[in-house]
Amino acid sequence: MQTTTTPAVGGGDVRLTGISKRYGTFTAVHPLDLTVPQGSFFALLGASGCGKTTTLRMIAGLEEPTQGTVHLGDQDVTRLPPYRRPVNTVFQSYALFPHLDVFENVAFGLRRRGIKNVKQQVAEMLELVQLGRQARRKPHQLSGGQQQRVAVARALINHPEVLLLDEPLGALDLKLRRQMQLELKRIQTEVGITFIHVTHDQEEAMTMADTVAVMNAGRVEQLGTPTDLYENPRTAFVAGFLGTSNLVPARVTARRGEELVLTAGGATLVLPAARCTVPAPAGAAVLAGVRPEKITLTHADDAAGIPEGRNRITGRIADAGFLGVSTQYVVDSPVCPGFEVYAQNIDRDPRLVPGAEVVAHWSPAHTFGLDAAQDGDAGTAHAEEEAA
Amino acid sequence: MAAVTEAPPPLAPTAPDDEPPRGRGRLTPYWLLLPGILWLLVFFALPVIYQASTSVQTGSLEQGYTVTWHFATYWDALSEYWPQFLRSVLYAACATVLCLLLGYPLAYLIALRAGRWRNLLMVLVVAPFFTSFLIRTLAWKTILADGGPLVGALGTLHVLDVTDWLGWTSGHRVLATPLAVVCGLTYNFLPFMILPLYTSLERIDPGLLEAAGDLYARPATTFRRVTFPLSLPGVVSGTLLTFIPAAGDYVNADLLGSTDTRMVGNVIQTQFLRILDYPTAAALSFLLMAAILLMVTVYIRRSGTEDLV
Repeated sequence: MQTTTTPAVGGGDVRLTGISKRYGTFTAVHPLDLTVPQGSFFALLGASGCGKTTTLRMIAGLEEPTQGTVHLGDQDVTRLPPYRRPVNTVFQSYALFPHLDVFENVAFGLRRRGIKNVKQQVAEMLELVQLGRQARRKPHQLSGGQQQRVAVARALINHPEVLLLDEPLGALDLKLRRQMQLELKRIQTEVGITFIHVTHDQEEAMTMADTVAVMNAGRVEQLGTPTDLYENPRTAFVAGFLGTSNLVPARVTARRGEELVLTAGGATLVLPAARCTVPAPAGAAVLAGVRPEKITLTHADDAAGIPEGRNRITGRIADAGFLGVSTQYVVDSPVCPGFEVYAQNIDRDPRLVPGAEVVAHWSPAHTFGLDAAQDGDAGTAHAEEEAA
Repeated sequence: MAAVTEAPPPLAPTAPDDEPPRGRGRLTPYWLLLPGILWLLVFFALPVIYQASTSVQTGSLEQGYTVTWHFATYWDALSEYWPQFLRSVLYAACATVLCLLLGYPLAYLIALRAGRWRNLLMVLVVAPFFTSFLIRTLAWKTILADGGPLVGALGTLHVLDVTDWLGWTSGHRVLATPLAVVCGLTYNFLPFMILPLYTSLERIDPGLLEAAGDLYARPATTFRRVTFPLSLPGVVSGTLLTFIPAAGDYVNADLLGSTDTRMVGNVIQTQFLRILDYPTAAALSFLLMAAILLMVTVYIRRSGTEDLV
């Protein structure tokens, strides 16, 4: 349960209060408070089955919440049927009407609201999504990307207060997806409508959204800007789901001013107290986390040259993968097996090959502390499964 | 280095894989077609040819019939039996409309609202087929019998006054009237309407109905603008499957009707089996076939469902 407390801007915020959804004994969405500020690009990010689509459908009115309320601005829309909500959806499967051509698909919402002269508006909208020449085609005659743009046009033409996007790019190939991400972002900036985007693709969420809510098992794990989520994950799930994290089980030995001193399998690590999400008295167990790209690898022979005050872990390179831009190393260390390090290929040390003894070291400021009661692998399995 | 990747052309001639198979292999598709073609030949083409030749024969049962290319039989049959023709089309059309009115809501309910009861309900729709057509039709004799509860109730409610006035029933009887025949036809062909309707309704992506609602269509509008247009293929095939056999049916008119409700099927049956006037019977059969073909062609053309499927 998290809330963003933003000052009421235009009153067009989407506000979910204590909203939940249960199917029999299964709880798809746990009581959830969420405010999406007007005009923002908001992403609900999570693995499949985490409740993100259900949350979206409750905003659209396609699913009735078991508890709680949905407000659009000052209006309580919880009990309003979808056709009376100023909200439109871009469906995952696009749900274009197969018996109507592109023009009529886009005009559908206008016509239902009794607008007679739709020609001009539809033509303009089709121009916006660059489909002016396909107006008289049937949906099945279009490519996936074109269908997707029709779906966006069909929703946007109604000038909804909120546009809901349910994994709209899931069916597109990678290149097209990148292109459409930029396109959607451009349209959102242009029209200034609140976008709520559901996705399982962390990269998509991070590149497009102003604010990301990471959902897991029917709850919001963390909410914030993409940078904030990446730099300061508050749970092991978020740390593993967004990018890669090394989580080292450690124990607090002392507090030294604004820093916590930890011990992990013989190594001593330092963690800024402000970056530890749990109260950590001496003796408490925590997970010390660090992102792989913050770490520098130095061959054990040169260990003397490492500046004082850096966190260091010694081990042996188990694997090295050359990716062109960077090299990904897996270091086996008694402290943490499978410790990942990404090194930019600037000055490559030829001695850093599998089997080499190395010291991995990083600035204590880049360390974050998590509650050790969590599963250190949370989030990673999902991320891999979704990426596949 | 590019030269190395260029492999020298193989010297030995190799057989390309995509060459059409030679010899017996090439004939395989035709062999597979053979049973179907034989079936059509024996059970459709030959009877049709035989019947065509019968329809242009003259003679009598005693002296035997010979082909004399006597096409006048067609004209004679039509001028004598046109009321029965007209009646057949009318009754079949009424039954088809009734089937659609009864079958559509039911198919809609089963396809879109029944949830886990779907299969059970579909079995119930088909269940009457486990009983013989004749027995089911005979059962309607009991249901519609004079003095039976149904006729009694309709009489009390003054429904029969209205239907008498319309000419659907007569003398406060239902049995042996046009209404009884149309009821029998409707009942007997209802599953032929429901099954294709169900199939096309069930195929509609529920997401489309949600999308319509999301785009400000009320439930009634969603039905009119999305559900119904998408179910049109089912409507067309359902009406055809009902109308065609109903127009040629004679059992319902025979068992539930009277001499005033005779359909063209009854005439053909009588000509073939009682009067033994084979040429007239054959000519009538052809006329019925031609009439149905014509109507169906016009109907399919006009309904414009070709690009829906």
